[in-house]
Amino acid sequence: MSAARPAFSSALAHALKDALIAGIVAFGLFILLLGFLTDDQRGPLRLLSRPVLLASAVGIVFAGRFIVSVIYHYAAALRYWLALIWSMVCGAAIKFKWPLLAIMLIFAVIRIYYAPQTWPLTAVAVATVFIAVRFGLSAAFLMLAVLFPVAFYDNPYFLGIAIIALTYIMLGWGLNIVVGLAGLLDLGYVAFYAVGAYSYAIIAQTYGWSFWVCLPLAGLFAAFFGILLGFPVLRLRGDYLAIVTLAFGEIVRIVLLNWVTFTNGPNGIGSIPRASFFGIPFTAGDDGFAARFGLEFDPTHRTVFLFYVILALALLTNWVTIRLRKLPVGRAWEALREDEIAVRSLGINPTNTKLTAFAIGAMFGGFAGAFFATRQGFISPDSFTFPESALILAIVVLGGMGSQLGVAIAAIVVTASFELFREFEQFRLVIFGFGMVVIMVWRPRGLVSTRDPTAYLKERKTISVEHVAEGRG
Amino acid sequence: MEYFLQQSINGIALGSIYGLVAIGYTMVYGIIGMINFAHGDIFMVGTFIALIAFLILVAIGVTAIPLALFLVLLIAMLLTSLYGWAVERIAYRPLRGSFRLAPLISAIGMSIVLQNYVQLAQGARVKTLQPLVSGVHTLFDLGNRLVVQISNIQILIILTTLALMSGFTWLISATSLGRDMRACEQDLKMATLLGVDTDRTISLTFLIGAALASVAGMMYLLYYGVIDFHIGFVAGVKAFTAAVLGGIGSLPGAMLGGLLIGLIETYWSAYFSVQYKDVAAFSILIVVLIFMPTGILGKPEVEKV
Amino acid sequence: MSGTPILSLNALTMRFGGLLAIDDLSFEAKRGDITALIGPNGAGKTTVFNCITGFYRPTSGSIRVTRDDGKVFALEKLPDFKIAQRVHVARTFQNIRLFAGMTALENLLVAQHNTLMRKSGYTVFGLFGTPGYRSAEREAIELARHWLAKTQLIERADDPAGSLPYGAQRRLEIARAMCTNPVLLCLDEPAAGLNPRESDELNTLLRSIKNETPASILLIEHDMNVVMEISDRVIVLDHGKKISEGTPAFVRNDQKVIAAYLGVEEDAVDQAEAEVRA
Repeated sequence: MSAARPAFSSALAHALKDALIAGIVAFGLFILLLGFLTDDQRGPLRLLSRPVLLASAVGIVFAGRFIVSVIYHYAAALRYWLALIWSMVCGAAIKFKWPLLAIMLIFAVIRIYYAPQTWPLTAVAVATVFIAVRFGLSAAFLMLAVLFPVAFYDNPYFLGIAIIALTYIMLGWGLNIVVGLAGLLDLGYVAFYAVGAYSYAIIAQTYGWSFWVCLPLAGLFAAFFGILLGFPVLRLRGDYLAIVTLAFGEIVRIVLLNWVTFTNGPNGIGSIPRASFFGIPFTAGDDGFAARFGLEFDPTHRTVFLFYVILALALLTNWVTIRLRKLPVGRAWEALREDEIAVRSLGINPTNTKLTAFAIGAMFGGFAGAFFATRQGFISPDSFTFPESALILAIVVLGGMGSQLGVAIAAIVVTASFELFREFEQFRLVIFGFGMVVIMVWRPRGLVSTRDPTAYLKERKTISVEHVAEGRG
Repeated sequence: MEYFLQQSINGIALGSIYGLVAIGYTMVYGIIGMINFAHGDIFMVGTFIALIAFLILVAIGVTAIPLALFLVLLIAMLLTSLYGWAVERIAYRPLRGSFRLAPLISAIGMSIVLQNYVQLAQGARVKTLQPLVSGVHTLFDLGNRLVVQISNIQILIILTTLALMSGFTWLISATSLGRDMRACEQDLKMATLLGVDTDRTISLTFLIGAALASVAGMMYLLYYGVIDFHIGFVAGVKAFTAAVLGGIGSLPGAMLGGLLIGLIETYWSAYFSVQYKDVAAFSILIVVLIFMPTGILGKPEVEKV
Repeated sequence: MSGTPILSLNALTMRFGGLLAIDDLSFEAKRGDITALIGPNGAGKTTVFNCITGFYRPTSGSIRVTRDDGKVFALEKLPDFKIAQRVHVARTFQNIRLFAGMTALENLLVAQHNTLMRKSGYTVFGLFGTPGYRSAEREAIELARHWLAKTQLIERADDPAGSLPYGAQRRLEIARAMCTNPVLLCLDEPAAGLNPRESDELNTLLRSIKNETPASILLIEHDMNVVMEISDRVIVLDHGKKISEGTPAFVRNDQKVIAAYLGVEEDAVDQAEAEVRA
């Protein structure tokens, strides 16, 4: 702090220079692709020029780089003040924890008084905050998840987003076993998702078995595919494994696209049997869910049911992962990520160990796929492209590899931001891609980058990230 | 037989394009040990830049095809290499020496950005360019419609690739930049200690890789005449397969791998099925990596215990 | 059983391309002994270790381990992890290979993988935490505690291995190898980088392993204090060949050994000695 900072004018000159260079580069980058539009609406290809677009794009880069340079110049000071303010806020929040909670409670009571119809939402919000203060973030998350349909029963749109978010949480947790724990880089995870979805759709349609029979079968099929793929490729290291899994994912997609007799090709499979409440369908008829339980028919019943199904599946994934980490097989996964040669020197079969990680990860991917199929009622190869794999991997890496809570937060952030940017439909993938770059530059090890030991003699100490390896494949 | 010969010529032309893209993968992998995931999309950007540059030249009255093609080549190399440089500067350089997965993820992010940027800027529709270089030479004519032909565009592709490859080999083996690049490939840290400007060398590597990819992109545009924002992904995976097949880190290997992949893909489409031609390329990748992970011309790797 | 060979190498040869790293090497290590393998840098000592533990497949020759129960294993035919799993040969590494992000205790639990795996019913019982598995895990932690105490690491049990000081990491690697219940413990330069006090403690530790456990020890070492003080038998390698073998006292005075270490021909040593005497 006390170190002499260059004068403001010199900082400004520096930033201006940076911005100028960036502007020139941006001009070079954009002149053809943004400055002109190839148009083939009428007849042969012709060019339209777009000088205004070009100028504004270059202008944005120039201004953006200028602002970033200035901020960067004062980064140390800025960080200092932000940290100070943050610690003061946190300190105050902890010190006046109970008064603050009391004030919140009063506000909640007032809100319920004036807007009685929204009481579930208010109550859930208050309960979540209390749980977070008393039992920590994970417990609050769990509680919020369980009570979510209560709070948002009137809002099918929110419920729908929550179901998508939970699907990604489950996929993220499934892939986390492979990438985060075992350190095997899998770029084709979506293949197992696809295998799960298609095997569910085909089994359910052909044999008419119920969701609860088809779901485990879909998981088993996906696990079987995991072993089938894993057996030959798991001796490959790091990047090679990544590319091979990517290739495998593409092969699965191309086969789904072209094996028309079996998968109906690009048209996909429609009218997949919907999940029923243990045999009772969610229909308006006399034998429907609503009629049987003496309720008025409401399509939200099905949504709420689906919500709890995916929540249960996700929690199952979480529970199994947490248990496995404390078992020899889970410790062997993490050891493998740290040092494969040492693992071999201790008499652990590396191939089998990797294979179990691959198969279990694939199985949860398959479960998620089956759920996806029954929720959508329609699947086609378009849902299982490489960007989907990249998205799931991004969730795992952004969350912090190996951290269950981090992966859950990342999945929620990614799904929510996708929804927020829905209005900018065309821009959102560009923004998403840049987001991946920025977060990697900002936190290469993800949001939660500590590791919890799986056993302890005296006390459980979290392990900081600098010691933890990330695997070579 | 003549069918086979014809397919071989087609395969070599296609393989030259893959080879040029593969060099970008192999160089970057050789020096900083990462798969430059966005390289396929740099190739795609190259096709678009070449297309627009050509249309501009036509609009301002440069109609002599050879001159126009030469100018397009220069513009495409220049502007595409700028993309290569920018991608490295934004997404990879801040992560140098960071955890291995971080640059891979940011590369995937960059790949998504480039694809959607081009889609935004130029639309999702397929762009078609009428053939510019026409004319075919008949090599063999066995009568009865059994002919083996080579088209001018195929000759152009093969000659350009040969010229670029010799120029590039000279660059690597005889210039001080080439020496710096080889030093960085051997040992990045040691090269830094000995005063090689590694940041500059790596930047130049990305620049050169992108320039070669843009030439491949231009050839692709001339050869097929149809491009869209999506071609980078599959072309990239195939070019990467070529790099691995030839032995990653090896420049002649990348070219050889490119030719082999081009030939295999062409034969596969000709004799088996067009729908599964990508499956052929991907399967080769898997088989090569499993049974021959160092490729044809790569150096064997002894596991250090 | 004591005094019979536990490990015997016969005509072992290892070739890397044109380089002959081990040339027709034969020797035996006796049960219950500490056998030291010494030699100048590049003599092929670590290569011998890598052949014994299966990380390299020898070009020719045989490696036999005869266990206490009389079972004989041909190591040159087994893959690396099976040598550790079935024959119970454990090793440490010249450049320490710990699981740096896992705690010291976890490192020792990973070493007991195969036992725990069986006890956890290959994960099925473990998943539901059956009492059988729980008691097995308690036993595993007890064994880990025993070796942590032996290696004076009990205070650091819950710290990540990567945060331990160098000497402690070396000791932890030995503890980890011992947790696999080895019949043969191969130590690759255990004293490298240790200060004199630590290297004395290492001597004590190795002696107690020799006297209190069934493990025989094969040791690569440069630190002659360690070698001379604790080994029962010394084998000297140079350029992949055995040039001398015997008790520490014998080897110390062997002309060939001195020549190899000083890098001169044998008669040059004689000559030098003559000159000194004159």
